[in-house]
Amino acid sequence: MKTTFALSMAAALLATTATVSAETLRWARSGDALTLDPHAQNEGPTHTIRHQMYEPLIIRDTTGAFEPALATDWAPKEDDPNVWVFNLREGVKFHDGADFTAEDVVFSFERAKQPNSDMKELIGSITEVRAVDDYTIEMVTDGPNPILPSNLTNLFIMDKGWAEANDTVNVQDFEGGEITYATTNANGTGPYVLTSREPDVRTVMTKNENYWGIDQFPLEVTEIVYTPIQNAATRVAALLSGEIDFLQDMPVQDLERVQNADGLTVKKAPQNRVIFFGMNMGADDIEADNVDGKNPLADVRVREAMSKAINRDAIQQVVMRGQSEPAGMIAPPFVNGWTEEMDAESSTDIEAAKALMEEAGYGDGFSIRLDCPNDRYVNDEAICQAAVGMLGQIGVTVNLDAKPKAQHFPLITDGQTDFYMLGWGVPTYDSEYIFNFLVHGRESDIGTWNGTGYDNDELDAKIKSLASNTDLEARNADIAEIWRVVQDEHLYIPIHHQVLNWGMAEKVGIEVDPEDQPKIKYFTMN
Amino acid sequence: MLAYIIRRIGQSALVLLIVGLVAFSMFRFVGDPIDNMLGQERTAEDIDRLRAQLGLDQPFVVQYFKFLEGAVQGNFGVSYRQGRPVAEILLERAPATLELAAVSGILAILFGIALGVFTAIRRDGVLANFIMSASLIGVSLPTFLIGILLIYLFSVELGWLPSFGRGETVDLGGWSTGFLTESGLKALILPSITLGLYQMTLIMRLVRSEMLEVLRQDYIRFARARGLRDRAVNFRHALKNTMVPVITVIGLQLGAIIAFAIITETVFQWPGVGLLFINAIQFVDIPVMAAYLMLISVMFVGINLLVDILYFFIDPRLRADRSGGH
Repeated sequence: MKTTFALSMAAALLATTATVSAETLRWARSGDALTLDPHAQNEGPTHTIRHQMYEPLIIRDTTGAFEPALATDWAPKEDDPNVWVFNLREGVKFHDGADFTAEDVVFSFERAKQPNSDMKELIGSITEVRAVDDYTIEMVTDGPNPILPSNLTNLFIMDKGWAEANDTVNVQDFEGGEITYATTNANGTGPYVLTSREPDVRTVMTKNENYWGIDQFPLEVTEIVYTPIQNAATRVAALLSGEIDFLQDMPVQDLERVQNADGLTVKKAPQNRVIFFGMNMGADDIEADNVDGKNPLADVRVREAMSKAINRDAIQQVVMRGQSEPAGMIAPPFVNGWTEEMDAESSTDIEAAKALMEEAGYGDGFSIRLDCPNDRYVNDEAICQAAVGMLGQIGVTVNLDAKPKAQHFPLITDGQTDFYMLGWGVPTYDSEYIFNFLVHGRESDIGTWNGTGYDNDELDAKIKSLASNTDLEARNADIAEIWRVVQDEHLYIPIHHQVLNWGMAEKVGIEVDPEDQPKIKYFTMN
Repeated sequence: MLAYIIRRIGQSALVLLIVGLVAFSMFRFVGDPIDNMLGQERTAEDIDRLRAQLGLDQPFVVQYFKFLEGAVQGNFGVSYRQGRPVAEILLERAPATLELAAVSGILAILFGIALGVFTAIRRDGVLANFIMSASLIGVSLPTFLIGILLIYLFSVELGWLPSFGRGETVDLGGWSTGFLTESGLKALILPSITLGLYQMTLIMRLVRSEMLEVLRQDYIRFARARGLRDRAVNFRHALKNTMVPVITVIGLQLGAIIAFAIITETVFQWPGVGLLFINAIQFVDIPVMAAYLMLISVMFVGINLLVDILYFFIDPRLRADRSGGH
């Protein structure tokens, strides 16, 4: 027993000295990755951790632009618009030393299409992935898919041999509680190798000395220690006390404090997330209001009046302490289809709003319930509270019902709310994604987040045609046309684009990534 | 006597069952776990399939019986958030909470008794009065505020102690301990003070009032008359007689320390079962919530049962009642 103690002590001592290295990045955010299995969960923090160890064919750099990762270039096949051709990077090795070849890509895509995979929807259009030779891949889609590459940036490539040897050919059955070797171990081609992992406590990764891009990227961090810290005040205290070098999920009220602290800095950038209100215009009568037999939200004048009543600048200054960008459309600024003009379309004009209400026959106003989450978006409940006061100015009495996200979101997807807050991020950077979920009429596999009851068959057909329109110019014209309808119908009341803040020690050099997915290989330490 | 004990055990089991039933009836008000488990790209079919797979389409009573059925076989189900068996997660997290609770408990008992005796003996002293006033802080300030204050003072301003986590731990056959490393011991200081402060002030105030009561007794006066030294009178005679009610309270507070660790663990990101429970609530991780609540109620019911049985031995009147002479 004594020897065990002595050994453990020695091991602990070694572990302590090993972490004292100048290039260790101690990184914290509010939550942990749910699993390491590359295809079991489609969730932000989980992808972020995987990105350090696994790589997709294509990644997005810190500006959101495509960057070749395991594929060096890609293009639709010249004579067949239904096929994309990817040339793969040569000379890449997995962490265990195995060579990366086309076989691994075919295997990973097949794995990602399994029923237990959480990534299958994103690559639903792919019918076949075939290896032409060791370093060329062809992907066949069920029709031309011009934006396929944007669906691949979180689709990680595993080693076929490793998966077979460790019995993880199948995706972990997450809901069924299955634990496979791939849940707790990782063998990717990425810049960092997993050293140890305790879920929810600490994950340690060290630099991959055989990384293919070792001369191409800074890779100045030699060790990553990742710790989730749930309590916001503790998270900030850990940064202030120097126990953490890099912090995501900064609380807005502490930004100034961190900015003013010695040796610390805050960097910000617009986030890929827009916040807005949705209104149930489709129902003949709605439950949440005090008007009988009629639905005031069905009248476009009422929707426009409500939008005009919202003072977005006041929300930005008072509620968000400057940490937001007022929005006029429900697309984040990086997304194909976003225009500066449309994003500036919302304005505050109480008099005009009152006149519109009068015209619509609601001069005396009405009352309605607003459903709002209180633990999902930055200051979500406070935004709703501000909106209550603003809408009160045009006679709309709003009863605010704020609840945790786990109770709020089912209201939207089950159609149980008539006036609600929602935020939306666009992983594909293309408007089609927004239309599919928020504008297309609600069906079982499309329009799933459209709680407005809006259903326009002509528009739906146009949305569906986007998926296979390879003429990008015509496609963009269609996108602009669809946006025009969304804007003119006042389908949603846009509020603002969230701003992302990362707190860090001054020695850490990195620009904020709009996806909130830091890739440590881009970090410099000086 | 046996009948009395059996009856108490039966009552305890009933309490446990009712706690479980109430817990399960509440879970659906916490929210819908499906929404957290599937990404925003999920379809209506995905939702229905998962709901059926997890049995969430069943009435809560059925869910409860399924949980009980598994629980008696030692199977608490699978965490929705981590995708691992709950029993395994709880076992992995228990050492952190138990070590924190043990250190807090010991600190509370040692300092509580020492300060209680001191303030009783020097009841008019300036220092004793200061301690008494200061102890009001421990009783009146909420735990999370004390924790945040300690973090800002000792981690942010002075930089002496870590603000979060357990430091380096050593694995001893499945039990991860923070007692064997310097960073582990340092990490224990702030959370254990935060967690034990309330109990410490409680014990201190109790010891003081009991001690003042005892010091007035005749046998203390006789002891002094016999010419015994102050130390012998205070500690051998007075303190010993003070301890009976104090021990009862300490026993009952032990459960409270473990249960109240939730807040302290959240503030200090202490990887114990309390933090696990908070995470579970946010994610609507029903199996973890259910297992944790059952575990805590088993603990409280168990402690109460033990105390009841001890009373039976200590208090002869209880025995007289049960043998039913009148």
